Amino acid sequence: MIDEKGERIPLTVADCDAKEGTLTIVFMEVGKTTRELGCLKTGDSIMSLTGPLGVPTHAEKFGTVVCVAGGFAVAPIMPIARAMKQASNKVISIMGARSKDLMFWEDELRSVSDKLIITTDDGSYGRKGLVTEPLKEILETEKVDRVIAIGPSVMMKFCSKTTQPFGVKTIVSLNPIMVDGTGMCGCCRVVVGGQTKFACVDGPDFDGHQVDWDLLAARQRNYLEEEKKALENWQCQCGGHHH
Amino acid sequence: MPRQEPAVRAKNFKEVALGYTPEMALEEANRCIQCPKRPCVDGCPVNVDIPDFIKALREGNMTEAVKALKNKNALPGVCGRVCPQETQCESKCTLAKQKAPVAIGRLERYVADWERNNKSAMPSASPLPPSTGKKVAVIGSGPAGLTAAADLVKNGHAVTIFEALHVGGGVLMYGIPQFRLPKEIVQNEVNFVKSLGVELILDAVIGKIDTLDELLNNGYDAVFLGTGAGLPMFLNVSGENLCGIYSANEWLTRINLMKAYLFPNYDTPLRMGKKVAVVGGGNVAMDAARCALRLGAEEVYIVYRRSEAELPARKEEVENAKEEGIVFKFLTNPIRFIDDGKGWVNGMECIEMELGEPDASGRRRPIAKKGSEFIMAIDTVVIALGTTPNPLIASTTEGLKTTSHGTVVADEATGKTVKDKVWAGGDIVTGAATVISAMGAGKRAAADIDKFLSGK
Repeated sequence: MIDEKGERIPLTVADCDAKEGTLTIVFMEVGKTTRELGCLKTGDSIMSLTGPLGVPTHAEKFGTVVCVAGGFAVAPIMPIARAMKQASNKVISIMGARSKDLMFWEDELRSVSDKLIITTDDGSYGRKGLVTEPLKEILETEKVDRVIAIGPSVMMKFCSKTTQPFGVKTIVSLNPIMVDGTGMCGCCRVVVGGQTKFACVDGPDFDGHQVDWDLLAARQRNYLEEEKKALENWQCQCGGHHH
Repeated sequence: MPRQEPAVRAKNFKEVALGYTPEMALEEANRCIQCPKRPCVDGCPVNVDIPDFIKALREGNMTEAVKALKNKNALPGVCGRVCPQETQCESKCTLAKQKAPVAIGRLERYVADWERNNKSAMPSASPLPPSTGKKVAVIGSGPAGLTAAADLVKNGHAVTIFEALHVGGGVLMYGIPQFRLPKEIVQNEVNFVKSLGVELILDAVIGKIDTLDELLNNGYDAVFLGTGAGLPMFLNVSGENLCGIYSANEWLTRINLMKAYLFPNYDTPLRMGKKVAVVGGGNVAMDAARCALRLGAEEVYIVYRRSEAELPARKEEVENAKEEGIVFKFLTNPIRFIDDGKGWVNGMECIEMELGEPDASGRRRPIAKKGSEFIMAIDTVVIALGTTPNPLIASTTEGLKTTSHGTVVADEATGKTVKDKVWAGGDIVTGAATVISAMGAGKRAAADIDKFLSGK
């Protein structure tokens, strides 16, 4: 929460350094709050930060693990790929973005992966296409024991659809709208395997083959109009210009 | 007590009840006969010295009235507004046998408000007692936690409250609406507890940043758990996750804690429809329905499966809701929500109910009338059926016993749990109940913790 009038939004911790007392969080500027966060300068502060919340991603020795990151989700996939590597898995990472200028942390992800594949929608870097294409090829050519897919809902949905015929357990990190994030309000409810779950305390990780993706997508669109209004209102106030 | 006119107040978030004038307060205080038995004190879960503060009030000694009131109750501005006095102190009043009881709650509110508006007239707080060197961690800054913390610090123990949200007050901030309990008053009471020497740490989710055992191993001599309500309960019927269907917790959190009624000046939005159905019959349902009205809903319904006689809400709140124009649909139960084709709710299928034999709760059990299904055209639904405790602490703590409902097992008289050095009280123990019963539990636990720490 940026200030007293701000909203509470869920963000994923990408890294932390207990000695330095620092947290690394990477976010994409999409709406009012994330753009406002993007305007902060070194030394600025925000009113409130709560966490970590939810259940940490489970890492153990599975064998071969494919980590798929869509867009800025390279950040949250990093600590997972690292933990999977430390647990003696063979880690194959796939990172995809719309274009080359949206790529980051390539070297970091490579350093914890046995193999790294890059895709861009426009072909400006790596291979042209979607992350699901190399994912399918890997599944066809070698035995994969687990897939972790993080990114936009539609990307996680199609990764899950890609792995389903191969019967490979696929963990996705769901990102429904949240308010308190501590297991109180029920805003973040998702349906997994026919049961209502609360992403903030039961998740955010769920079995991608069991998720009701259409419901998630509908609930994520709940406030599109208000989000637009908030952004326009804010841009008016700050003169419509920011970096 | 004067109130805003229904037609006016139904359109604003200002407080409904306006409070006594000094003349009215004096007149009401003079009705107290100062009977020697003081039954009202026993009727109060925190045993406020009611006749004493009323006596000081009518003698014009307001600072003394404040002192007598706050001696037992750290949150009088809250209690004067939201306590169900009609079933507690006022029901025990000697006058209640013949005529109307003394309006203790309204007098309490008057004294608390006087103090808030006359801070400079109050003598500075009495100094803290010598430190016992003992440290207590209080989890949650709602009514139970604030009360326990205030009592413990007054006994010389160092107290730290850990609050998960970004502001102190718990349900008093996120649950009860502004028009019933202004948030400035809650913050005033939170600040009073801090002024006693209690440390309040915000954004601190215990069970995540530290477990109970870590707190106990890192210098705390005792822990009081007052984490309150948890996950909302739903009906478990089809279509319940459609857009436009909220839990009362989400609805009220957006409105009260995040101030969605001031969007876009505040960032958190709320999507208000024209026809709103609130499912449930408790105080939370009344609050949710009255918020909907204030946010511009054209029609607001309370849908309750039993009859009016079984409504668990306070009578005063039901009256307020009716006056404001909320329509009650009794003996009605939702069985399905209807999709508008785009993922939004646009109808609620209900079935009529009739009352059968009494159930375990002693209330007559509602039974569905076959073939009585009908559809209500609504575009927003709030489900106010209660909550189950947040499992975060119980699931991360060894040796804490919970019931099948997920509530923490604790001794009713002392709040002691089966785990060494851990006490609990409020909704986490009882399930959803009142502010004052949580405060009573906080008080009893604080007394027992003090006994334990001082080796008595």
